[in-house]
Amino acid sequence: MMDRNTHSRRKLVSGAMTLITAACAIAAIIVLVLILTYIAAKGLTTINYEFLTDTPKPVGEGGGIGNAIMGSALMTLLATAIGLPIGIGAGVYLAEFGENIFGNTVRFLADTLIGVPSIIVGIFIYTLIVLPMGRQSGLAGALSLAIIMIPIVARTTEEMIRLVPQSMREGALALGAPQWRVTWNIVMPAAASGIATGAMLSIARISGETAPLLFTALNSRFYNYFFDQPMASLTVQIYNYATGPFEIEHQMAWAATLILVGLILVINVLVRFLTKKKY
Amino acid sequence: MAGTGTFADRVFRSVLIVLSSTVILIVVSMVAMMVWTSLPTIRMFGLEFLYSGEWQPASNVFGALPFIYGTIVSSLIAILIAVPISLGIAIFLVEQAPKSISSPAAFLVELLAAIPSVVYGLWGIFVLAPFIRNYLGPFFQDYFGWLPLFQGRLTGFGMLTGGIIMAIMVTPIITAVVRDVLEVVPNTQRDAALALGATKWETTLIVLQNASSGIAGAVVLGLGRALGETMAVTMVIGNSPQITASLFEPAYTIASVLAANFGEASDRLYLSALVEMGLVLFLVTFVVNALAKVLVLGVAKGTNAASKA
Repeated sequence: MMDRNTHSRRKLVSGAMTLITAACAIAAIIVLVLILTYIAAKGLTTINYEFLTDTPKPVGEGGGIGNAIMGSALMTLLATAIGLPIGIGAGVYLAEFGENIFGNTVRFLADTLIGVPSIIVGIFIYTLIVLPMGRQSGLAGALSLAIIMIPIVARTTEEMIRLVPQSMREGALALGAPQWRVTWNIVMPAAASGIATGAMLSIARISGETAPLLFTALNSRFYNYFFDQPMASLTVQIYNYATGPFEIEHQMAWAATLILVGLILVINVLVRFLTKKKY
Repeated sequence: MAGTGTFADRVFRSVLIVLSSTVILIVVSMVAMMVWTSLPTIRMFGLEFLYSGEWQPASNVFGALPFIYGTIVSSLIAILIAVPISLGIAIFLVEQAPKSISSPAAFLVELLAAIPSVVYGLWGIFVLAPFIRNYLGPFFQDYFGWLPLFQGRLTGFGMLTGGIIMAIMVTPIITAVVRDVLEVVPNTQRDAALALGATKWETTLIVLQNASSGIAGAVVLGLGRALGETMAVTMVIGNSPQITASLFEPAYTIASVLAANFGEASDRLYLSALVEMGLVLFLVTFVVNALAKVLVLGVAKGTNAASKA
């Protein structure tokens, strides 16, 4: 009788803990759904062609976020052009040749750089680029984003290349291929889709960054295609609208957020779909 | 033939080394530039900068204590809320749920980490802050109002709001690391416990024990993220450099004072003070992240050794 009691109590505790842990997961998912539906409900009412293409106007005269979308796109593009080759190169080195002091140092610093608050990167670029140049610029913004991107790409690339079976390398080497050809023509193509998904995720990450752009790229009320001038971005525009005093600005903040979050979610879901098919 | 191969190998490897060195160059020049720019206040105030509570940029008095206090307290609130929930989620996903549920659920939780900080800030201003002002705050003041923790003016913007929004943001990060750590624990341990008649939860407790240092690492990593969280906190914490016991009063963090004031720091000494705070934040997050890495690696290595033994 005693035994049966303790047994049923133990089962009860176990069942209760399953429910509690499930509740935690459900709570997190509810928060996600709440945030996303709120953004969709608030944002959809304001989005139209004018909003997507126009530049900001004084309160009450409409206006849009066209230049902010353009600025974000340009800076993300330049950041990717700088950050991707460096990140992938570092990742390849770490995976293929990185079992030494130099490799371990780079790996350690990359990991800690990933955890460094992005606003610190903004301060760094401010002291390095903005102060000497005497003004904020799209270049400074893009460099900040590139610095955030490099360690992320390096570490995901390293992980992906490590997944390539050792036998492929040995096979190629046995056929007489030099080391660089093995890495360049055998290993990297085999890991290409993994590296690409890592790159996409890092682009999604930097396109949502605000803090490093605040005082590097600043903002602009106009379409600007020159990297030596201050440049608008979607995220800084959202910040300015959100903290502004007028209701119409808040509406625009929600609408701009819908565009930004929509883009980031599409990338994430796409990556998920692609990787699921692969493995 | 072999000769060209080795030459090309050298070139190839050198290019990769140069690219890798960028990471070292970035970190070294980051520290150098920040130390250089903050030299005026380091010389002028020394260590007093860290424990002085006076912050009056207009009269060139700079003490970082209110910001350090705000950063630590808001991060602790975030960790207190996020850790039990993250543990619950990770345990559910790895130990309890069937794969058909855990895989999509894990993806949804990961999506929380993909939402940009500024978006959390926007949501915080217009949804979370009014909720705290109108519902959560009055509730706590009615029932626990005698505690200094819950006294003060209810604006919705303050320490607690900042802490809660950070908790939401670090939960997916802690969850992801705890999941990784749990997955490294060898299945033989689960099988052994189940074979001895342990229930699912008792088995989970054994797994948790074996993963404990990795879980500690996940918590430390979450703490590191919370300490440096910027935009969302800037938008909801009220931005006022004061030290009060109340959770509802406005506060300030290092990251948020940088975001809010750096752009207008025209004065050399003011700039220096802000950069020095940035340097402090950098060093703290650097150490915290390194600690997290050591803890997580410890568990990964431990279990490998255990499964081999």
